[in-house]
Amino acid sequence: MNAIDWFLAPFQHTFMRTAALAGVLVSLTCASLGAYVVLRRMAFIGDALAHTVLPGLVIAYLNRWNMAVGAMLAGIATALGIGWLSRRREVREDTAIGILFTGMFALGILLMSSVRSFRDFTHMLFGYIVGVTDAQLRLFALIALVVLAVLILLHKELELTSFDPTHAQVIGLRADRLRDVLLVLMALAVVGAIQAVGVVLTSALLIVPAAAAAMLTRRLVPMMALSSAIAIVATLVGLLVSYHLDVSSGATIVLTCIVCFLAAWVLRALRERLSRTWPVSGA
Amino acid sequence: MRFCLPYGGRCSELPPTDAPALAAHGVTVRYPGAARAALDGLDLVAPRGTRVALVGPNGAGKSTLLKAIAGLLPVAAGSLLVFGAPVGAFRHRVAYLAQRGELDWHFPISVRRLVLTGRYPHLGWLRWPTRADWRRADEALERLQILDLAERQIGELSGGQQQRALLARALAQEADLLLLDEPLNAVDAATREVVSAVLRDLQRQGRTVIVATHDLDRLQADFDDALFLMDGRVVARGVGAVGERVHHELLGNHRVAVAA
Repeated sequence: MNAIDWFLAPFQHTFMRTAALAGVLVSLTCASLGAYVVLRRMAFIGDALAHTVLPGLVIAYLNRWNMAVGAMLAGIATALGIGWLSRRREVREDTAIGILFTGMFALGILLMSSVRSFRDFTHMLFGYIVGVTDAQLRLFALIALVVLAVLILLHKELELTSFDPTHAQVIGLRADRLRDVLLVLMALAVVGAIQAVGVVLTSALLIVPAAAAAMLTRRLVPMMALSSAIAIVATLVGLLVSYHLDVSSGATIVLTCIVCFLAAWVLRALRERLSRTWPVSGA
Repeated sequence: MRFCLPYGGRCSELPPTDAPALAAHGVTVRYPGAARAALDGLDLVAPRGTRVALVGPNGAGKSTLLKAIAGLLPVAAGSLLVFGAPVGAFRHRVAYLAQRGELDWHFPISVRRLVLTGRYPHLGWLRWPTRADWRRADEALERLQILDLAERQIGELSGGQQQRALLARALAQEADLLLLDEPLNAVDAATREVVSAVLRDLQRQGRTVIVATHDLDRLQADFDDALFLMDGRVVARGVGAVGERVHHELLGNHRVAVAA
Protein backbone atom coordinates (compact mmCIF):
# COMPACT_ATOMS: atom_id res chain seq x y z
CA MET A 1 0.00 0.00 0.00
CA ASN A 2 1.46 3.38 -0.91
CA ALA A 3 1.33 6.47 1.29
CA ILE A 4 -1.53 8.16 -0.55
CA ASP A 5 -3.68 5.07 -0.25
CA TRP A 6 -2.84 4.92 3.43
CA PHE A 7 -4.33 8.40 3.86
CA LEU A 8 -7.24 8.22 1.42
CA ALA A 9 -8.47 4.63 1.22
CA PRO A 10 -10.11 4.60 4.68
CA PHE A 11 -12.29 7.55 3.66
CA GLN A 12 -14.09 5.40 1.08
CA HIS A 13 -16.16 4.31 4.08
CA THR A 14 -18.99 6.66 5.02
CA PHE A 15 -18.41 6.12 8.74
CA MET A 16 -14.79 7.27 8.36
CA ARG A 17 -15.86 10.43 6.50
CA THR A 18 -18.41 11.21 9.20
CA ALA A 19 -15.84 10.48 11.90
CA ALA A 20 -13.28 12.77 10.24
CA LEU A 21 -15.79 15.60 9.94
CA ALA A 22 -16.83 15.14 13.58
CA GLY A 23 -13.14 15.14 14.55
CA VAL A 24 -12.51 18.43 12.75
CA LEU A 25 -15.54 20.12 14.37
CA VAL A 26 -14.68 18.84 17.85
CA SER A 27 -11.02 19.83 17.46
CA LEU A 28 -11.89 23.33 16.33
CA THR A 29 -14.26 23.83 19.26
CA CYS A 30 -12.13 22.34 22.02
CA ALA A 31 -8.74 23.63 20.91
CA SER A 32 -9.71 27.28 20.37
CA LEU A 33 -11.48 27.35 23.73
CA GLY A 34 -8.51 25.44 25.13
CA ALA A 35 -6.37 28.57 24.89
CA TYR A 36 -8.44 30.12 27.69
CA VAL A 37 -8.52 26.86 29.63
CA VAL A 38 -4.70 26.78 29.65
CA LEU A 39 -4.10 30.51 30.19
CA ARG A 40 -6.68 30.81 32.98
CA ARG A 41 -5.49 27.58 34.65
CA MET A 42 -8.91 25.93 34.28
CA ALA A 43 -7.52 22.49 33.33
CA PHE A 44 -8.95 20.80 36.42
CA ILE A 45 -12.39 22.32 35.80
CA GLY A 46 -12.26 21.07 32.21
CA ASP A 47 -11.56 17.54 33.39
CA ALA A 48 -14.29 17.78 36.02
CA LEU A 49 -16.82 19.05 33.45
CA ALA A 50 -16.14 16.07 31.24
CA HIS A 51 -16.64 13.61 34.10
CA THR A 52 -19.76 15.21 35.54
CA VAL A 53 -21.73 14.78 32.31
CA LEU A 54 -21.60 10.98 32.70
CA PRO A 55 -24.93 10.70 34.60
CA GLY A 56 -26.52 12.90 31.90
CA LEU A 57 -25.20 10.56 29.22
CA VAL A 58 -26.37 7.46 31.06
CA ILE A 59 -29.85 8.78 31.81
CA ALA A 60 -30.27 9.75 28.15
CA TYR A 61 -28.99 6.32 27.09
CA LEU A 62 -31.35 4.44 29.42
CA ASN A 63 -34.35 6.42 28.18
CA ARG A 64 -33.22 6.29 24.53
CA TRP A 65 -33.00 10.06 24.27
CA ASN A 66 -30.31 11.82 22.23
CA MET A 67 -27.20 11.22 24.36
CA ALA A 68 -25.46 14.38 23.16
CA VAL A 69 -28.39 16.45 24.40
CA GLY A 70 -28.26 14.63 27.75
CA ALA A 71 -24.55 15.41 28.02
CA MET A 72 -25.15 19.04 27.04
CA LEU A 73 -27.80 19.60 29.72
CA ALA A 74 -25.68 17.91 32.41
CA GLY A 75 -22.64 19.93 31.29
CA ILE A 76 -24.42 23.28 31.44
CA ALA A 77 -25.89 22.44 34.86
CA THR A 78 -22.40 21.57 36.11
CA ALA A 79 -20.87 24.72 34.60
CA LEU A 80 -23.38 26.95 36.37
CA GLY A 81 -22.98 24.89 39.56
CA ILE A 82 -19.21 25.39 39.53
CA GLY A 83 -19.67 29.13 38.88
CA TRP A 84 -22.03 29.34 41.84
CA LEU A 85 -19.82 27.27 44.16
CA SER A 86 -16.71 29.31 43.37
CA ARG A 87 -18.52 32.55 44.32
CA ARG A 88 -19.38 31.15 47.74
CA ARG A 89 -16.46 30.70 50.06
CA GLU A 90 -17.37 27.87 52.45
CA VAL A 91 -15.23 25.31 50.59
CA ARG A 92 -12.11 25.93 48.53
CA GLU A 93 -12.92 25.95 44.83
CA ASP A 94 -10.82 22.93 43.83
CA THR A 95 -12.18 20.94 46.76
CA ALA A 96 -15.76 21.80 45.77
CA ILE A 97 -15.09 20.80 42.18
CA GLY A 98 -13.46 17.56 43.34
CA ILE A 99 -16.55 16.65 45.37
CA LEU A 100 -18.96 17.52 42.56
CA PHE A 101 -16.90 15.72 39.93
CA THR A 102 -16.34 12.41 41.72
CA GLY A 103 -19.90 12.35 43.04
CA MET A 104 -21.46 12.82 39.61
CA PHE A 105 -19.04 10.33 38.02
CA ALA A 106 -19.87 7.70 40.66
CA LEU A 107 -23.59 8.32 40.08
CA GLY A 108 -23.08 7.71 36.36
CA ILE A 109 -21.23 4.43 37.02
CA LEU A 110 -23.95 3.33 39.48
CA LEU A 111 -26.75 3.99 36.98
CA MET A 112 -24.86 2.21 34.22
CA SER A 113 -24.00 -0.81 36.36
CA SER A 114 -27.72 -1.51 36.71
CA VAL A 115 -28.07 -2.36 33.01
CA ARG A 116 -24.79 -4.21 32.36
CA SER A 117 -24.18 -3.06 28.79
CA PHE A 118 -20.44 -3.00 29.08
CA ARG A 119 -19.82 -2.22 25.41
CA ASP A 120 -21.90 0.96 25.40
CA PHE A 121 -20.38 2.00 28.71
CA THR A 122 -16.89 1.59 27.27
CA HIS A 123 -17.87 3.88 24.39
CA MET A 124 -18.92 6.55 26.88
CA LEU A 125 -15.70 6.26 28.85
CA PHE A 126 -13.22 5.92 26.00
CA GLY A 127 -15.00 7.41 22.99
CA TYR A 128 -16.44 5.98 19.79
CA ILE A 129 -15.85 8.53 17.06
CA VAL A 130 -16.65 6.10 14.23
CA GLY A 131 -20.15 5.68 15.70
CA VAL A 132 -21.16 9.35 15.20
CA THR A 133 -24.63 9.69 13.69
CA ASP A 134 -25.75 12.40 11.26
CA ALA A 135 -27.93 13.98 13.95
CA GLN A 136 -24.92 14.18 16.27
CA LEU A 137 -22.80 15.64 13.50
CA ARG A 138 -25.34 18.42 12.98
CA LEU A 139 -25.32 19.12 16.73
CA PHE A 140 -21.48 19.28 16.77
CA ALA A 141 -21.57 21.75 13.87
CA LEU A 142 -24.07 23.91 15.73
CA ILE A 143 -21.95 23.79 18.90
CA ALA A 144 -18.80 24.73 16.96
CA LEU A 145 -20.66 27.67 15.43
CA VAL A 146 -21.96 28.91 18.80
CA VAL A 147 -18.59 28.55 20.58
CA LEU A 148 -16.63 30.31 17.84
CA ALA A 149 -19.23 33.08 17.52
CA VAL A 150 -19.11 33.83 21.26
CA LEU A 151 -15.29 33.70 21.29
CA ILE A 152 -15.21 36.27 18.47
CA LEU A 153 -17.98 38.56 19.72
CA LEU A 154 -16.73 38.68 23.33
CA HIS A 155 -13.05 38.51 22.42
CA LYS A 156 -11.93 41.74 24.02
CA GLU A 157 -13.88 41.19 27.22
CA LEU A 158 -12.79 37.52 27.62
CA GLU A 159 -9.19 38.47 26.94
CA LEU A 160 -9.20 41.39 29.40
CA THR A 161 -10.85 39.50 32.26
CA SER A 162 -8.35 36.67 31.72
CA PHE A 163 -5.23 38.72 32.39
CA ASP A 164 -6.38 41.82 34.28
CA PRO A 165 -9.64 41.23 36.18
CA THR A 166 -9.01 44.33 38.33
CA HIS A 167 -9.07 46.75 35.38
CA ALA A 168 -12.10 44.88 34.05
CA GLN A 169 -13.93 45.39 37.34
CA VAL A 170 -12.98 49.08 37.55
CA ILE A 171 -14.48 49.74 34.11
CA GLY A 172 -17.66 47.87 35.04
CA LEU A 173 -17.15 44.39 33.57
CA ARG A 174 -18.26 41.43 35.69
CA ALA A 175 -15.34 39.02 35.52
CA ASP A 176 -17.35 36.26 37.24
CA ARG A 177 -20.15 36.47 34.65
CA LEU A 178 -17.65 36.17 31.81
CA ARG A 179 -16.18 33.15 33.58
CA ASP A 180 -19.66 31.62 33.64
CA VAL A 181 -19.87 32.20 29.89
CA LEU A 182 -16.56 30.36 29.42
CA LEU A 183 -17.75 27.50 31.63
CA VAL A 184 -20.93 27.07 29.56
CA LEU A 185 -18.87 27.12 26.34
CA MET A 186 -16.62 24.45 27.86
CA ALA A 187 -19.67 22.35 28.72
CA LEU A 188 -20.80 22.59 25.08
CA ALA A 189 -17.33 21.71 23.77
CA VAL A 190 -17.13 18.69 26.06
CA VAL A 191 -20.25 17.15 24.44
CA GLY A 192 -18.46 16.58 21.14
CA ALA A 193 -15.17 15.63 22.73
CA ILE A 194 -16.83 12.84 24.72
CA GLN A 195 -17.98 11.22 21.49
CA ALA A 196 -14.47 11.50 20.04
CA VAL A 197 -12.21 10.48 22.90
CA GLY A 198 -14.55 9.61 25.78
CA VAL A 199 -15.26 11.03 29.21
CA VAL A 200 -11.91 10.04 30.66
CA LEU A 201 -9.74 11.64 27.97
CA THR A 202 -11.86 14.66 27.02
CA SER A 203 -9.80 17.17 28.94
CA ALA A 204 -6.83 16.20 26.73
CA LEU A 205 -8.50 17.91 23.73
CA LEU A 206 -9.09 21.04 25.85
CA ILE A 207 -5.57 21.18 27.24
CA VAL A 208 -2.91 19.47 25.13
CA PRO A 209 -3.23 21.28 21.73
CA ALA A 210 -3.47 24.67 23.49
CA ALA A 211 -0.47 23.86 25.66
CA ALA A 212 1.49 22.93 22.53
CA ALA A 213 0.47 26.20 20.83
CA ALA A 214 1.48 28.16 23.95
CA MET A 215 5.02 26.83 23.47
CA LEU A 216 5.23 28.37 20.02
CA THR A 217 3.49 31.76 20.14
CA ARG A 218 3.08 34.73 22.45
CA ARG A 219 -0.18 36.08 21.01
CA LEU A 220 -3.67 34.95 21.94
CA VAL A 221 -5.36 34.76 18.52
CA PRO A 222 -2.44 32.99 16.79
CA MET A 223 -2.38 30.66 19.78
CA MET A 224 -6.05 29.75 19.23
CA ALA A 225 -5.49 29.22 15.49
CA LEU A 226 -2.37 27.12 16.01
CA SER A 227 -4.04 25.11 18.75
CA SER A 228 -6.98 24.33 16.43
CA ALA A 229 -4.64 23.35 13.60
CA ILE A 230 -2.67 21.01 15.87
CA ALA A 231 -5.87 19.42 17.17
CA ILE A 232 -7.29 18.88 13.67
CA VAL A 233 -4.10 17.27 12.39
CA ALA A 234 -3.77 15.12 15.51
CA THR A 235 -7.39 13.96 15.30
CA LEU A 236 -7.16 12.99 11.63
CA VAL A 237 -3.80 11.26 12.03
CA GLY A 238 -5.03 9.52 15.19
CA LEU A 239 -8.16 8.36 13.39
CA LEU A 240 -6.14 6.91 10.48
CA VAL A 241 -3.60 5.20 12.72
CA SER A 242 -6.35 3.62 14.80
CA TYR A 243 -8.07 2.44 11.59
CA HIS A 244 -4.94 0.79 10.19
CA LEU A 245 -3.72 -0.72 13.46
CA ASP A 246 -7.24 -1.55 14.69
CA VAL A 247 -6.72 0.08 18.11
CA SER A 248 -8.85 2.47 20.22
CA SER A 249 -9.45 5.68 18.25
CA GLY A 250 -9.85 7.93 21.32
CA ALA A 251 -6.58 6.82 22.87
CA THR A 252 -4.76 7.16 19.53
CA ILE A 253 -6.07 10.71 19.01
CA VAL A 254 -4.96 11.75 22.50
CA LEU A 255 -1.52 10.17 22.08
CA THR A 256 -1.10 11.96 18.73
CA CYS A 257 -1.91 15.25 20.51
CA ILE A 258 0.75 14.41 23.09
CA VAL A 259 3.29 13.74 20.33
CA CYS A 260 2.46 17.19 18.88
CA PHE A 261 3.02 18.71 22.31
CA LEU A 262 6.43 17.05 22.63
CA ALA A 263 7.34 18.24 19.13
CA ALA A 264 6.35 21.80 20.07
CA TRP A 265 8.47 21.55 23.19
CA VAL A 266 11.52 20.41 21.21
CA LEU A 267 10.92 23.12 18.60
CA ARG A 268 10.83 25.78 21.31
CA ALA A 269 13.99 24.48 22.95
CA LEU A 270 15.77 24.53 19.58
CA ARG A 271 14.55 28.05 18.86
CA GLU A 272 15.77 29.29 22.23
CA ARG A 273 19.16 27.72 21.69
CA LEU A 274 19.39 29.30 18.24
CA SER A 275 18.48 32.77 19.52
CA ARG A 276 21.14 32.42 22.23
CA THR A 277 23.79 31.48 19.69
CA TRP A 278 22.84 34.14 17.16
CA PRO A 279 20.90 36.87 19.00
CA VAL A 280 18.59 38.71 16.62
CA SER A 281 19.42 42.42 16.84
CA GLY A 282 16.62 44.66 18.11
CA ALA A 283 14.28 41.78 18.90
CA MET B 1 -29.49 65.34 31.13
CA ARG B 2 -28.79 61.67 31.55
CA PHE B 3 -25.65 59.74 30.84
CA CYS B 4 -25.29 55.97 30.27
CA LEU B 5 -22.21 53.80 30.66
CA PRO B 6 -21.10 51.43 27.88
CA TYR B 7 -20.52 48.56 30.35
CA GLY B 8 -22.84 47.72 33.21
CA GLY B 9 -25.79 49.55 31.69
CA ARG B 10 -25.99 52.11 34.50
CA CYS B 11 -27.42 55.52 33.72
CA SER B 12 -27.23 58.56 35.95
CA GLU B 13 -28.01 62.25 35.97
CA LEU B 14 -25.08 64.42 34.95
CA PRO B 15 -23.83 66.10 38.14
CA PRO B 16 -22.78 69.77 38.30
CA THR B 17 -19.66 70.32 36.21
CA ASP B 18 -17.86 72.17 38.99
CA ALA B 19 -17.99 69.30 41.49
CA PRO B 20 -14.55 68.36 42.85
CA ALA B 21 -12.85 65.30 41.39
CA LEU B 22 -13.13 63.59 44.75
CA ALA B 23 -15.16 64.42 47.84
CA ALA B 24 -14.79 61.94 50.69
CA HIS B 25 -16.52 62.56 54.00
CA GLY B 26 -16.19 60.22 56.97
CA VAL B 27 -15.32 57.29 54.70
CA THR B 28 -15.00 54.02 56.60
CA VAL B 29 -13.98 50.75 54.98
CA ARG B 30 -13.88 47.40 56.76
CA TYR B 31 -12.45 44.17 55.42
CA PRO B 32 -14.68 41.21 56.29
CA GLY B 33 -13.56 39.62 59.57
CA ALA B 34 -11.07 42.38 60.44
CA ALA B 35 -11.30 43.79 63.97
CA ARG B 36 -10.35 47.36 63.09
CA ALA B 37 -11.52 49.45 60.14
CA ALA B 38 -8.94 49.78 57.33
CA LEU B 39 -10.17 53.35 56.78
CA ASP B 40 -11.69 55.14 59.74
CA GLY B 41 -13.75 58.25 59.00
CA LEU B 42 -11.47 59.69 56.34
CA ASP B 43 -12.11 63.18 54.90
CA LEU B 44 -10.51 64.31 51.66
CA VAL B 45 -11.59 66.81 49.03
CA ALA B 46 -9.41 66.84 45.92
CA PRO B 47 -10.25 69.73 43.57
CA ARG B 48 -9.79 69.15 39.84
CA GLY B 49 -6.24 69.58 38.61
CA THR B 50 -4.43 68.63 41.79
CA ARG B 51 -1.82 65.98 42.50
CA VAL B 52 -2.34 64.37 45.89
CA ALA B 53 0.18 62.07 47.57
CA LEU B 54 -0.84 59.39 50.06
CA VAL B 55 2.01 58.63 52.44
CA GLY B 56 2.25 56.29 55.40
CA PRO B 57 3.50 52.91 56.61
CA ASN B 58 2.27 49.64 55.12
CA GLY B 59 -1.27 48.86 56.24
CA ALA B 60 -2.07 52.54 56.86
CA GLY B 61 -4.96 52.45 54.39
CA LYS B 62 -3.44 54.00 51.25
CA SER B 63 -4.32 51.14 48.92
CA THR B 64 -7.69 50.70 50.63
CA LEU B 65 -8.60 54.33 49.90
CA LEU B 66 -7.62 54.01 46.22
CA LYS B 67 -9.58 50.76 45.89
CA ALA B 68 -12.66 52.29 47.50
CA ILE B 69 -12.54 55.25 45.09
CA ALA B 70 -12.14 52.82 42.16
CA GLY B 71 -15.24 50.95 43.31
CA LEU B 72 -13.34 47.77 44.18
CA LEU B 73 -14.26 47.89 47.87
CA PRO B 74 -17.61 48.80 49.40
CA VAL B 75 -17.78 51.82 51.72
CA ALA B 76 -19.23 50.88 55.13
CA ALA B 77 -19.99 54.42 56.27
CA GLY B 78 -19.58 58.01 55.07
CA SER B 79 -19.98 59.42 51.58
CA LEU B 80 -17.68 59.12 48.61
CA LEU B 81 -18.44 61.25 45.55
CA VAL B 82 -16.44 61.16 42.33
CA PHE B 83 -17.13 64.21 40.13
CA GLY B 84 -20.21 64.81 42.28
CA ALA B 85 -21.71 61.36 41.64
CA PRO B 86 -21.59 58.10 43.60
CA VAL B 87 -18.68 55.73 42.88
CA GLY B 88 -19.30 53.77 39.69
CA ALA B 89 -21.41 56.37 37.89
CA PHE B 90 -18.40 57.70 35.97
CA ARG B 91 -16.09 54.75 35.85
CA HIS B 92 -14.84 55.54 32.35
CA ARG B 93 -13.40 58.78 33.82
CA VAL B 94 -11.53 56.93 36.57
CA ALA B 95 -8.34 54.98 35.93
CA TYR B 96 -6.89 52.73 38.61
CA LEU B 97 -3.34 51.42 38.49
CA ALA B 98 -3.05 48.45 40.80
CA GLN B 99 0.30 47.35 42.12
CA ARG B 100 2.08 45.44 39.39
CA GLY B 101 1.50 42.02 40.95
CA GLU B 102 -2.25 42.07 40.32
CA LEU B 103 -1.90 41.42 36.58
CA ASP B 104 -0.96 38.16 34.81
CA TRP B 105 2.21 39.30 33.02
CA HIS B 106 2.68 35.89 31.38
CA PHE B 107 -0.53 36.31 29.36
CA PRO B 108 0.12 36.29 25.59
CA ILE B 109 -0.70 39.90 24.80
CA SER B 110 1.37 42.75 23.35
CA VAL B 111 2.15 45.99 25.16
CA ARG B 112 0.16 47.88 22.51
CA ARG B 113 -2.93 45.76 23.10
CA LEU B 114 -2.58 46.12 26.88
CA VAL B 115 -2.65 49.90 26.43
CA LEU B 116 -5.59 49.55 24.04
CA THR B 117 -7.67 48.02 26.85
CA GLY B 118 -7.77 51.56 28.26
CA ARG B 119 -10.14 52.39 25.38
CA TYR B 120 -12.63 49.62 26.28
CA PRO B 121 -14.74 51.72 28.70
CA HIS B 122 -15.43 54.03 25.74
CA LEU B 123 -16.35 51.14 23.44
CA GLY B 124 -18.58 48.75 25.39
CA TRP B 125 -20.01 45.43 24.22
CA LEU B 126 -19.63 44.22 20.63
CA ARG B 127 -17.69 47.23 19.41
CA TRP B 128 -14.20 46.75 18.00
CA PRO B 129 -11.45 49.31 18.64
CA THR B 130 -11.28 51.79 15.75
CA ARG B 131 -8.19 53.20 14.09
CA ALA B 132 -8.55 56.27 16.34
CA ASP B 133 -8.41 54.00 19.41
CA TRP B 134 -5.20 52.35 18.20
CA ARG B 135 -3.76 55.82 17.54
CA ARG B 136 -4.61 56.93 21.10
CA ALA B 137 -2.80 53.86 22.41
CA ASP B 138 0.28 54.68 20.33
CA GLU B 139 0.26 58.31 21.45
CA ALA B 140 0.18 57.18 25.07
CA LEU B 141 3.07 54.76 24.46
CA GLU B 142 5.00 57.56 22.80
CA ARG B 143 4.40 59.86 25.79
CA LEU B 144 5.80 57.23 28.15
CA GLN B 145 8.74 56.68 25.74
CA ILE B 146 8.04 52.97 25.22
CA LEU B 147 6.58 53.05 21.69
CA ASP B 148 9.56 50.97 20.51
CA LEU B 149 8.43 48.18 22.90
CA ALA B 150 4.83 48.15 21.60
CA GLU B 151 5.00 44.69 20.00
CA ARG B 152 6.71 42.97 22.94
CA GLN B 153 4.82 40.48 25.05
CA ILE B 154 4.05 42.29 28.32
CA GLY B 155 6.16 39.92 30.46
CA GLU B 156 9.28 40.82 28.48
CA LEU B 157 9.32 44.33 29.94
CA SER B 158 11.32 45.40 32.98
CA GLY B 159 9.47 46.50 36.13
CA GLY B 160 9.79 50.18 35.24
CA GLN B 161 8.64 49.57 31.67
CA GLN B 162 5.62 47.62 32.93
CA GLN B 163 4.71 50.53 35.17
CA ARG B 164 5.00 52.89 32.20
CA ALA B 165 2.77 50.62 30.11
CA LEU B 166 0.11 50.73 32.84
CA LEU B 167 0.32 54.52 33.04
CA ALA B 168 0.09 54.65 29.22
CA ARG B 169 -3.15 52.72 29.48
CA ALA B 170 -4.53 55.28 31.94
CA LEU B 171 -3.57 58.05 29.48
CA ALA B 172 -5.21 56.17 26.59
CA GLN B 173 -8.35 55.93 28.69
CA GLU B 174 -8.33 59.76 28.90
CA ALA B 175 -9.40 59.45 32.52
CA ASP B 176 -9.96 62.60 34.55
CA LEU B 177 -9.16 60.99 37.88
CA LEU B 178 -6.11 58.73 38.08
CA LEU B 179 -5.49 56.50 41.09
CA LEU B 180 -1.95 55.17 41.18
CA ASP B 181 -0.91 52.57 43.75
CA GLU B 182 2.85 52.88 44.32
CA PRO B 183 3.80 53.52 40.70
CA LEU B 184 7.36 54.37 41.72
CA ASN B 185 8.00 51.28 43.80
CA ALA B 186 11.24 49.62 42.63
CA VAL B 187 11.53 51.39 39.27
CA ASP B 188 14.56 52.87 37.52
CA ALA B 189 15.50 56.57 37.56
CA ALA B 190 14.46 57.11 33.93
CA THR B 191 10.95 55.83 34.71
CA ARG B 192 10.74 58.16 37.72
CA GLU B 193 11.59 61.12 35.46
CA VAL B 194 9.01 60.19 32.84
CA VAL B 195 6.30 59.50 35.42
CA SER B 196 6.75 62.81 37.20
CA ALA B 197 6.74 64.66 33.86
CA VAL B 198 3.46 62.90 32.98
CA LEU B 199 1.98 63.80 36.38
CA ARG B 200 2.88 67.45 35.67
CA ASP B 201 1.19 67.28 32.22
CA LEU B 202 -1.94 65.76 33.71
CA GLN B 203 -2.15 68.49 36.34
CA ARG B 204 -1.80 71.19 33.65
CA GLN B 205 -4.61 69.55 31.67
CA GLY B 206 -6.85 69.87 34.74
CA ARG B 207 -6.80 66.18 35.56
CA THR B 208 -6.59 64.90 39.10
CA VAL B 209 -4.04 62.37 40.30
CA ILE B 210 -4.00 60.54 43.64
CA VAL B 211 -0.80 58.57 44.25
CA ALA B 212 0.15 56.18 47.04
CA THR B 213 3.90 56.55 47.35
CA HIS B 214 6.97 55.66 49.37
CA ASP B 215 9.17 57.98 47.32
CA LEU B 216 9.48 60.89 49.74
CA ASP B 217 12.33 62.84 48.12
CA ARG B 218 10.00 64.08 45.41
CA LEU B 219 7.06 65.02 47.59
CA GLN B 220 7.60 68.79 47.19
CA ALA B 221 8.41 68.60 43.49
CA ASP B 222 5.69 66.21 42.35
CA PHE B 223 2.64 66.99 44.48
CA ASP B 224 0.27 69.82 45.35
CA ASP B 225 -1.15 68.16 48.42
CA ALA B 226 -0.28 65.23 50.68
CA LEU B 227 -1.91 63.10 53.35
CA PHE B 228 -0.05 61.12 55.97
CA LEU B 229 -2.15 58.09 56.86
CA MET B 230 -1.78 55.86 59.88
CA ASP B 231 -4.16 53.11 60.99
CA GLY B 232 -6.78 54.35 58.56
CA ARG B 233 -6.75 57.95 59.75
CA VAL B 234 -5.18 61.15 58.46
CA VAL B 235 -2.47 62.25 60.90
CA ALA B 236 -0.88 65.06 58.87
CA ARG B 237 -2.06 67.06 55.87
CA GLY B 238 -0.23 69.24 53.33
CA VAL B 239 3.06 68.67 51.50
CA GLY B 240 5.11 70.57 54.12
CA ALA B 241 3.46 69.00 57.16
CA VAL B 242 3.73 65.49 55.72
CA GLY B 243 7.37 66.10 54.86
CA GLU B 244 8.10 67.10 58.46
CA ARG B 245 6.15 64.18 59.83
CA VAL B 246 8.07 61.75 57.63
CA HIS B 247 11.35 63.33 58.74
CA HIS B 248 10.27 62.96 62.33
CA GLU B 249 9.27 59.29 61.86
CA LEU B 250 12.57 58.46 60.23
CA LEU B 251 14.59 60.17 62.98
CA GLY B 252 12.61 58.62 65.80
CA ASN B 253 12.42 55.34 63.94
CA HIS B 254 9.40 53.48 65.33
CA ARG B 255 9.59 54.98 68.83
CA VAL B 256 7.56 58.00 67.70
CA ALA B 257 4.79 55.83 66.35
CA VAL B 258 4.59 53.98 69.67
CA ALA B 259 4.65 57.18 71.72
CA ALA B 260 1.96 58.76 69.54
